[in-house]
Formats: sequence, C-alpha cells, structure tokens
Amino acid sequence: MCAMPAPVPPPIAVENLVKIYKTIPAVGGISFTLKPGSVTGLLGGNGAGKTTTIATIMGLVLPTSGRLSVLGAEMPKERYRVLHRMNFESPYVEVPMRLTVRQNMTVFGMLYGVENIRERTAELARQLDLTDLLDRPTGRLSAGQKTRVALAKALINNPDVLLLDEPTASLDPDTADWVRGHLERYCRERHATVLLASHNMNEVERLCERVIIMKRGRIEDDDTPAKLLARYGRGTLEEVFLDVARGEGIHSEAAQ
Amino acid sequence: MTDRADSGPILPSPGSRRRWGGSSPQRIGAMMLRYWYLLRSSWPRLLDLVYWPTVQMVTWGFLQYYIANNAGFFARAGGTFIGAVLLWDILFRGQLGFSISFLEEMWSRNLGNLMMSPLRPFEFITALMVMSVVRLLIGAVPVTFLAIAFFGFNLYGLGFALVAFFFNLMLTSWAIGIFVSGLILRNGMGAENLAWSIMFLFMPLTCVYYPVATLPGWLQPVAWALPPTYVFEGMRALLMQNVFRLDLMLYALVLNAVFFAAGVFAFLKLLQSARRHGSLMQTGE
Repeated sequence: MCAMPAPVPPPIAVENLVKIYKTIPAVGGISFTLKPGSVTGLLGGNGAGKTTTIATIMGLVLPTSGRLSVLGAEMPKERYRVLHRMNFESPYVEVPMRLTVRQNMTVFGMLYGVENIRERTAELARQLDLTDLLDRPTGRLSAGQKTRVALAKALINNPDVLLLDEPTASLDPDTADWVRGHLERYCRERHATVLLASHNMNEVERLCERVIIMKRGRIEDDDTPAKLLARYGRGTLEEVFLDVARGEGIHSEAAQ
Repeated sequence: MTDRADSGPILPSPGSRRRWGGSSPQRIGAMMLRYWYLLRSSWPRLLDLVYWPTVQMVTWGFLQYYIANNAGFFARAGGTFIGAVLLWDILFRGQLGFSISFLEEMWSRNLGNLMMSPLRPFEFITALMVMSVVRLLIGAVPVTFLAIAFFGFNLYGLGFALVAFFFNLMLTSWAIGIFVSGLILRNGMGAENLAWSIMFLFMPLTCVYYPVATLPGWLQPVAWALPPTYVFEGMRALLMQNVFRLDLMLYALVLNAVFFAAGVFAFLKLLQSARRHGSLMQTGE
C-alpha cells in the first residue's frame, strides 16, 4: 500500500489578518490563499491596505492578529526558513545608489545564498538588458534602468514567491511594458507564485489570473478578471475598480 | 520550462549551509562587502575617517607640549593627554563607525531590502561591529604614527595594556552603537542626532582627561558605573605610575558585558516594536 503524499502547503495563505497601527486599522481581517504558480493582483486605492498586507507577508510588519504562512512556514515566526525562497520589489525601498549594479548583485546574491553569483548576475543582466550598465553606479542610471536593477535584485535568488508592490510605477509606457513582459516570462518559466499590488489596471489585466480588490483594509471582491468584468457589467478592470472605490456596486443585470 | 507545480518543502537557507551559531558567515561577509564597496567608492568618506582624529591629536598634543614645558606636575604626566585623546577616539570613532554604517542603510533607503532578506539581526550587528573596527583602523592607525612623529608618543609602547584598553573601549562603543541603531530603527531619522552626540555625554562622566576624584562625590558612582572610566583611569595609572591595573580592566569587562547584553536586548526589543508599528516601512524623518 502506498503512503499518502504529504499535502502541499500553499505558497501564501492569509487567514483573518488584522493590522492596527495604534488605533488606526490598516487591514481588517482578510483571508486568501494563493495557488502555486499563480499571479494574483492586489488592487485598491491609496490606504486600502495593499502595502501593509505585502509587508506583513514579508515579515516587515507584525500582524495584530490572524495567521500567515508562506511556503508552509508560519510568518513571521519561521520567516528565516523561507525568506531565501522569496523576494520583492517596492517603491518604498531602493537598491544602494553608490554601489555599482554588479556590486549590488554580488551583495544581494550573497545575502540570499545564491550559488554562482557571477553567472546569475550575467544571466540577469542579459535578460534585463543591463550588461552594459553592470559597472556603473546604480544612482547614475535612469529611472527605467533603476527599475530593471530593482527587478534584477528581486529575481537574484530565482524566488518561488515574488511580491511586487507597484513594479512599474513612474515608468514610461514602453519600459513598463517591457518589465511586464519579463515578469510574464519569469512566472511562466519558473512557475513562481506572484502577488502584485498595482494601480495600473492594464498591468493587472495582462498579468493576473486572479484579482483581489481591497478597500479600507477589507477584501471587497476576489475573482478572475473575466468574472469580475461580467459581474460588474463593465468592459475594463479600471471601471470595476472605480465602481468598488466609489461604492457603486455591481451593475450587470445577471448579477442582480 | 521548469515544472514545479507545488510550493515545495521548506529548505534550509543556502547562506546557512556553513552554520555558525545559527548565523551565516556568508551573509555577514555580504554586509561587510557592501560597506567596503561604499567606503572605496567615496574619497570624502575615507578622508573623514582620518581628518578629525588627526585634528584632535595635533591640537591636544601641542597643548600638552606647552603645559609640560611650563608646569612641573604636568611634566610628570607625560603622554596622558595624547593617550587620552587617542583612547577617546577609539571609543568615539568605534561607536560612530558602527552608527554610520547603520545610517548608510537609512540614507540609501535600503533597510527594507535587508530586513526582508534572509539577513538576521545578529548577522547585521556582527557586520556593523567588524566594519566599525575596519573604519577605526583606517582612521586611527595613521594618527598613531603621526603622534610618534610629532610628539614622540608611541601608543604601541603600551603593549598588552593597549589591547585591554582597545577591547574594552570597543565593547562599550558597540553597546552604545547597537542601542542607538535600535532607537533610529524605531523612531526614524529624527533620532539620527543621537548617533553623533550620545558619546559626548560620556566624555565628562568617564573622566577622559582628569581623574575620577576630580568629580563631585555624588557624581563619582555614576562615573564608576561606566566601563570607559576604568580604561581612562587605567591609562593614567600606566602612564603616570607605570602600573598596569588588571583589576580596573576586569571591572570594565564585567560592566561591558552588562552594557553589551543590554544594548542587544534593547535593539531586539526596538526592532520588534518597529515591526509592530510599521516604522521599517517609513525610514525617513
């Protein structure tokens, strides 16, 4: 008789997550579970709780209550068991500007325990068109180039779980599209699980197979983009977002 | 295409392969490399390491030279001023070196990257301690040679005593540096000034330039509660009476153990508090 295989833990599981800063609630009891290899968008206006949710998943912020697990490790208690398999990109942090791109890749490669850092750096530089910039100080690069460096840092350890907080914010449409293309490719090839917070609806529509919409710290809706569009009777996610943000609810007759 | 349809088992952190009390020498090395790259890339940073110790030593050296030639008592106290200046610099620059490396992370908005990486607090602290020694050596070693050239004062002539003085002063500087870094973590850059100024509170109390007996009686117990006081008293005993006071060094060591443990404890508590209050996401003012 064959032994039953151990159940595979979800890449990210959030259960009744609450975060209150002093008396101000930032996240008010949200729950969701991500499937392996999925790309999920986290939508919401400013102050909806997206960044706090991501920071809590990474262990940067302690939850007030609720349970969180990443790749089967209880967060934040067991975060050091899985942090080397995760990575993130956020506009709230920067890659050190005085160090060259290569030096940054070396330092972060060592921090994440990457083997063959030189090869990995060269590979990422090729993929992200950074080869000619490797020996330039990061601070002297353009905004688009810096974003590519930040993305290279986020991918240095080939993460299984990638958390992205507005990865294309303040980029021109061409660079933003290029970054999205690379993310798409990475997720497809690595089968990585991605949680993406964004204000850019095109980005979410293109990359995400599931969308969680947050408002005032709570989940307002959670479905595939197609089902959301159908349910709200709208043609774009932007319209759905506006309906949720303005509290106008579901428009389609079928849903009513 | 890699087919990995599950999230996989929890694997040990690759950087922890060569375990060292739960820490990874590779991650500590990564942080040291990061600070070394930074130092190497900026000549003003390197110059700053040497500039103030040199100015201090030269100023006090000439003052001592003047006094020694004009007062009998001070003539006997040969080297105490320059010795005090050099030892004070170990204490002050040691703490500053620790704090500045830490502040570099705040200034460059890199702290979030580190706190969300596999780097552990103890590894971070260890890297900062090692870098404080590196920065100190870059700044202080040339100055000790200048002291020989200008005033004939050879700090290395103190021999084993210098090792004991150095070790005790570094322990205090780390303890204070760790505590201040915790305060900055928790309170943001509003607490940055502490990094620059806190050691000056120690200057009068630890009796850098005068014996503890100079202080009013009620203040003397406070002075004796601070580890550097024993080092400066020990230095005066050595230079003026030719006696190495091992007892003073042992007292300093015991107090330093308490200070260091308290500094690490406070840092971890403040880090915990920063995580609770979300301060790590707002590392600005």
